[in-house]
Amino acid sequence: MTKDTSLKILELQIQAEKIRKEVVEMIFSSKSGHIGGSLSSVDINTALYFHVLNIDPENAMKEDRDRFILSKGHSVEALYSVLAARGFIKDSVLKTYGKFNSILEGHPTKNVSGVEHNSGALGHGLSVGVGIAIAAKMDNKSYRTYVLMGDGELGEGSVYEAAMSANHYKLDNLIAIIDRNELQISGNTEEVMRLEPIRDRWEAFGWEVFDVDGNDIRALVDIFDSLNVNNRKPKLIIAHTIKGCGISFMERLANWHHGMVNEKQYEEATSEINERIDNLYTKISEYERR
Amino acid sequence: MKELIICIQKLVNMKDDNTIPCRKMFTDTLLELARQDKDIVAVTTDARGSVTLTSFAKELPDQFIELGIAEQNAIGVAAGLASAGKKTFVCGPASFYSTRSLEQVKVDVAYSENPVKILGVSGGVSYGALGFTHHSLHDIAVLRTFPGMHIILPCDIYQTKKLVHELVDYPYPVYIRIGRNAVPNVYDKENIKFQIGKASVLLEGNDITIIGTGETVYHCLQAGKELHAQGIKARVIDMHTLKPMDRNIIVKAAKETKCILTVEEHSIFGGLGGAVAEISAQVHPVPMRILGIPDEFVVHGSPLQIFKHYGIDSKGIYNVASGLFHETRISNETMSSTR
Repeated sequence: MTKDTSLKILELQIQAEKIRKEVVEMIFSSKSGHIGGSLSSVDINTALYFHVLNIDPENAMKEDRDRFILSKGHSVEALYSVLAARGFIKDSVLKTYGKFNSILEGHPTKNVSGVEHNSGALGHGLSVGVGIAIAAKMDNKSYRTYVLMGDGELGEGSVYEAAMSANHYKLDNLIAIIDRNELQISGNTEEVMRLEPIRDRWEAFGWEVFDVDGNDIRALVDIFDSLNVNNRKPKLIIAHTIKGCGISFMERLANWHHGMVNEKQYEEATSEINERIDNLYTKISEYERR
Repeated sequence: MKELIICIQKLVNMKDDNTIPCRKMFTDTLLELARQDKDIVAVTTDARGSVTLTSFAKELPDQFIELGIAEQNAIGVAAGLASAGKKTFVCGPASFYSTRSLEQVKVDVAYSENPVKILGVSGGVSYGALGFTHHSLHDIAVLRTFPGMHIILPCDIYQTKKLVHELVDYPYPVYIRIGRNAVPNVYDKENIKFQIGKASVLLEGNDITIIGTGETVYHCLQAGKELHAQGIKARVIDMHTLKPMDRNIIVKAAKETKCILTVEEHSIFGGLGGAVAEISAQVHPVPMRILGIPDEFVVHGSPLQIFKHYGIDSKGIYNVASGLFHETRISNETMSSTR
């Protein structure tokens, strides 16, 4: 890996940590939200919004923009934080989260610049993504459509209707990502309703499937950069993540699906993140001195 | 008086021998427009035959999307297409789109403000003997509670044709319910005026107002004609747009006529009658009757047999209208004599 690439990854990692900190802040101050799944998906969001997506906060609705649909709408704190960091949402607006009459609902809506679709009910996003991807093909446009789903969401039958149609229409411009944190609100996904073998299931549906460490920015960037969008196959990236990733006392615990953070926990979480950010800056300085 | 003469002339000219189902008029018109506009897209769910989209599919395969028997996906896909700028018509049985894929209509179409046109064919009791699974007698009640959702029930082929022209660039989500079989014409080909959200007065009168929607409009008109012959001046209104509803025409009817009868091929709960009552009861209450399908699983039979059984045919409408008119008159006379 070149020096430039390594630096870029370090910068993305710092960005992800800042977003993580914002997620904790939003949930702590509003006393609402879904912290576990937001934290597991922070790195995916960061890789997409700061490296992959062709988007422009100054021209949010430009015709050829890449589309991102957050099908697991409850991870909205991660989406709002990344949209704010990318310049779609003003910081003053971000501070209204959880307050009366805020435009920032507890699930994403198109009232917020940069949000493509209203979500919150699970099992909808992939169908909408299929529609957008078909429209892109009809218009000979090269933009791509990305859909982030939760793993628990795969219990919804409509997901497989969408999966069938994406293969039928050879939508190689459609990239679905599963935030595979292995936990849903009631516990382990395999105990609640078995989802495995996910890869085999989706391959049987005609999809090209990739496994990746979904909390490793470098691995995510590599996967997204390597996708062949001209092979007549829709793509599924199984992003293996940790629910509550980055806050030691939350990791891999189902009760942090929408657990609330008290003041002590907030301090602890923030100091963990700050420590990592400091370390990352130190690494950058070391690189730059080389 | 002049308007009345025009209306009666219209009735004389009315042809009962139409053989083209409204769904066919809808899709033929859509095909005609889609030839000139590549952004028009038709989506269906193994229903190209029942919707009559076969010619569309053959002639414009690049503007036609088959999704198999998967209504939930179809509505979601249609929402995606519309969000990417396609003028999207998703076409299939009314019963399934308004029930199986209801959450997709709620979230992906209405809430996300995607201007998808949902064509529900064979609505109401069109499927007759196929039974309750195939009937849609709940759709108006359910869909009109979704903010931003528009609902239209055209009553004949001429109105249907006009409607399709209006819908192509209409910037809101719309649910259109159409029956299965050919129905008699209500309008003249040449004379039809049609505007979404603006109901039409088919017959003038100040004794009673009869309001129909979709296929019941013809029956309301027939009943109105008979009432006029018996000296009861019935006003007949075609409420093709259930949402947004033409409030003014209802308030005017409540003020100018003494009572209102609504007639719908729908549950008596929450449909046309409910919507009219919500307006008249709050603005200018008058005696009302709501004719429709009562709270029961529909009797087995053909659509016409079912209409007759529940009294939403011209004879049943005449009887209820006549009764309501006389009751209202007696009640008004009693009130004025006790003053």
